[in-house]
Amino acid sequence: MKIKDYSIKSLPYIFLIIISSPIFIGYLWVFLRTFTRSMYGMRPTGGFTLNNWALILKDPILWNLVGNTFILALGLTIGILLISSAAAYPLSRMAFRGRKIYLSLSLILHAFPSVTLLIAIFFVLRWISAIPIFGRGLPLIGGFGYNTLGGVLLVSIAFMLPLGIWLMKGFFDNISWDIERAALIDGCSRFRTWRQILLPQIRPGLAALGIFAFMHGWSSFIIPYTFMVDARTAVMSTYLNLLTSGDRPIDYGVASAVALFQLLPILFFYLFTQKYLLKIFSGGMKGGS
Amino acid sequence: MRKAKKNNVVSTQETLSLTRIRPKITWFWFLLPSSIIMVVFFFIPVILTLLISGTNMSTTTGLTGYQWVGFANYKNLLNYPDTFRKLWLTIRYVFLTLVLFNIGLALLISLITTHIPKKAGAFFRAIWLLPRITPVVIYTFMWQILAAAPPHGIINTLIFEPLGLSTTNLIPQYPFFFIVVVNGFIGTSFGMIIFTSAIESIRKDIMVSSLVDGASTLQRIRYIILPQLRWPLLFATTYQTLSLLTSYEQILVLTGGNFGTEVWALWAFNLALNNYYGNFQYGIGSTIATMLVLIGLILSTVYMRFFKFDELVQEPKIDVL
Repeated sequence: MKIKDYSIKSLPYIFLIIISSPIFIGYLWVFLRTFTRSMYGMRPTGGFTLNNWALILKDPILWNLVGNTFILALGLTIGILLISSAAAYPLSRMAFRGRKIYLSLSLILHAFPSVTLLIAIFFVLRWISAIPIFGRGLPLIGGFGYNTLGGVLLVSIAFMLPLGIWLMKGFFDNISWDIERAALIDGCSRFRTWRQILLPQIRPGLAALGIFAFMHGWSSFIIPYTFMVDARTAVMSTYLNLLTSGDRPIDYGVASAVALFQLLPILFFYLFTQKYLLKIFSGGMKGGS
Repeated sequence: MRKAKKNNVVSTQETLSLTRIRPKITWFWFLLPSSIIMVVFFFIPVILTLLISGTNMSTTTGLTGYQWVGFANYKNLLNYPDTFRKLWLTIRYVFLTLVLFNIGLALLISLITTHIPKKAGAFFRAIWLLPRITPVVIYTFMWQILAAAPPHGIINTLIFEPLGLSTTNLIPQYPFFFIVVVNGFIGTSFGMIIFTSAIESIRKDIMVSSLVDGASTLQRIRYIILPQLRWPLLFATTYQTLSLLTSYEQILVLTGGNFGTEVWALWAFNLALNNYYGNFQYGIGSTIATMLVLIGLILSTVYMRFFKFDELVQEPKIDVL
């Protein structure tokens, strides 16, 4: 009786472990492979080594990529926080004509699959390139046109903006009206109210969206892959894709080390800010796959 | 001199009236940046996609030497034998991923993880979120390793080799299986989160009293929990249908569209932006994209109406009172 009880109770666990095993194994393999010379399936052969790490950490390309990817992630974070919190404020707290239309439109865009627009955006970015200085010729990001980091950044911000606006609007909606009204009656301007009274109150929301945006920018692949011509110098994802795409023999040790290197900040954020992130995933997540 | 003075007066009047108006148009300045971005990266591209689909623009014609061809691209598309094969592939892919993973497995995992101790449940749900937060290239790399031929392939060395089965790279052998599974493992977490929070929000007294009244756990799932999940199920299904139909990032990285895995969205992308031989077909690519854009616009508008978002766009109290 008791043994039967236990076996029934352990059934769900067995099912969960089996069905989740590809995820466990995939992570474990990448982790192990970075520290080994070679592996046969899951079994390390040829002993442990730090060579893979030494190779990639000494590679100037990697640090260039880390810089680019970091600029992209940070730019996306700052851009999305500023633009969406500015847009969400009047949408949440002011009455003006066209407000409903603006909200409905941004909501449609939120559900709309923006990747279908990449072909047309290719042309838009080429037009932006033709603008002097702004298009190409800025330091650090190279401008905002085609084949520049700034262009990739702008498209990334645009694709995340509908989500950002709706999340921010939700956070603004939850602040009590009294504080804001008190500020306005005391003669505070709308701008100052936004900056000094409201933004500090939605700090957890800003943190959640900011972390989400950073992780998104740090992992982004399809936009830099499409709009930056040289995959080697674009961002970490496109570089890893180049290393693993099989046009030439794959160095699994190096590829795994690059992969784990890119994964570390993501896992760090995920472990320590899961509660925040779940709020975004459940609240306004776009379908993903 | 006189004229200048007059002008001066006018301008001061204008500034005066401006300062009077300013409090009312503050919203304009707040909305300006996001409006510019939305116009440049959503509205113009939608129209542009439609326009380009009416041209024969490609690498051969260059970006300026194209001609208007009306609906010729659409007619040609109907005559391609590829068109319907790829459409059928897309439908099978969307349907199977949705039923098996995004809804099926998602429901199963949320039911199981809410019936085992809380910490264990949360642990497995955290594991299942990993595919979504892992950068797509790394995540796909893990599947390539799982499927590769020995000495790397994990499935081959752990399962197929001991059984004495043939051991070659599994992705070219079962490409359809892999695009469904690779996308499904990501898609599962969406439904999982929604269903779990719906299950956890069912009132505790109902949950407990049903067991006290003698219902078994399975009966409780059937008669108490599942009816409560009708709305989340509908939401996840509609939302994921659209995103599966139009997303191709994982397939692009996994197979590049080879081995008969080029779904419609990836086909458009490959034709117009990702041609190996550098012969970019902007016109025909935009034609395919136009159809996806139209499907996207229609479905996302329908969702907005359907899921009662009117409640979300209520008038703000502070300016109305």
